[in-house]
Amino acid sequence: MSRGLRFAPLLVLLLVIGAMVWRLATPTDTNVTSKLVGRPLPAVLLGPTDFNGNPFPLRSLTGKPMILNFFGSWCLPCVGEAPMLEALKKRGVRIVGIAVRDTPDAVADFVEQRGNPYAVIGMDPESKTQIALGSSGVPESFVVDGKGIIRYQHIGPIAADDVPMLLKRLDQLQ
Amino acid sequence: MRRVILLIMLLAAVPISADSNLPSAYWSDRQLPDPRQEAQAQALMAELRCLVCQGQSIADSDAELAGDMRDLVRRRIAAGERPAAIRAWLIDRYGTWISYRPTAEPAAWPLWAAPLLLLAVGGLLIARRIRLKGRA
Repeated sequence: MSRGLRFAPLLVLLLVIGAMVWRLATPTDTNVTSKLVGRPLPAVLLGPTDFNGNPFPLRSLTGKPMILNFFGSWCLPCVGEAPMLEALKKRGVRIVGIAVRDTPDAVADFVEQRGNPYAVIGMDPESKTQIALGSSGVPESFVVDGKGIIRYQHIGPIAADDVPMLLKRLDQLQ
Repeated sequence: MRRVILLIMLLAAVPISADSNLPSAYWSDRQLPDPRQEAQAQALMAELRCLVCQGQSIADSDAELAGDMRDLVRRRIAAGERPAAIRAWLIDRYGTWISYRPTAEPAAWPLWAAPLLLLAVGGLLIARRIRLKGRA
């Protein structure tokens, strides 16, 4: 063994420590992004709600740009997001709600208490729609253009700062 | 005493629920009647990553979304779909991240090369040892 090699373990140790410090300083992004951004909405059927009666295919909602908002009456960040959705609705944005793992009664109570920014609400009791769109939680919102192409995925609640950004993205689709 | 009461209150408190108000999906924790299909489902579920826990497979995770994914896997296998097709369908949505099985894409090449490299290094070390012994 040469003399230089004697320090190899030390070098490896320093490298490992360096990597650990770097990872602590810059934590990984644990968000899982959908690979469907830039691609058309998948053909899935949404369950019925109290608001419009019958099951409807997700694709039938296209024709004009919209925000597809995954939410749940049981989800606390969704409560915080409600005023932002209301603000978007006031600016003329069409918002389609998809209630994940929820009951029509609970959803009806939720929109009665928090306001109803949704044009329609589809039920997704077994997260099938959520999985079909490559989404991994609530709340999550997708900007979809008039042709049904997914343009943007917003993971987590929409904050007040996000409203102008979303409006801009929707404007660009007009 | 106050500490004990506080502790009891803390233990008895109902945490704010982060779970939905629906029971788990039908096939999430139920075996398929056909043992061959169930084995196929189990093998696939052990190799799919939970979107919520991220360090667990959907077979191990208690997250609701993992349960819904198990339901989806079992339903599709019961409908006659091949496990490889289900995996591909999920990768199409979430990327290779969702599958624990390493792929052949360039990012995974070092992983495949590692055993060969280590074998080569080991062989080299042994060869040197033998040569040194022979000289002594």
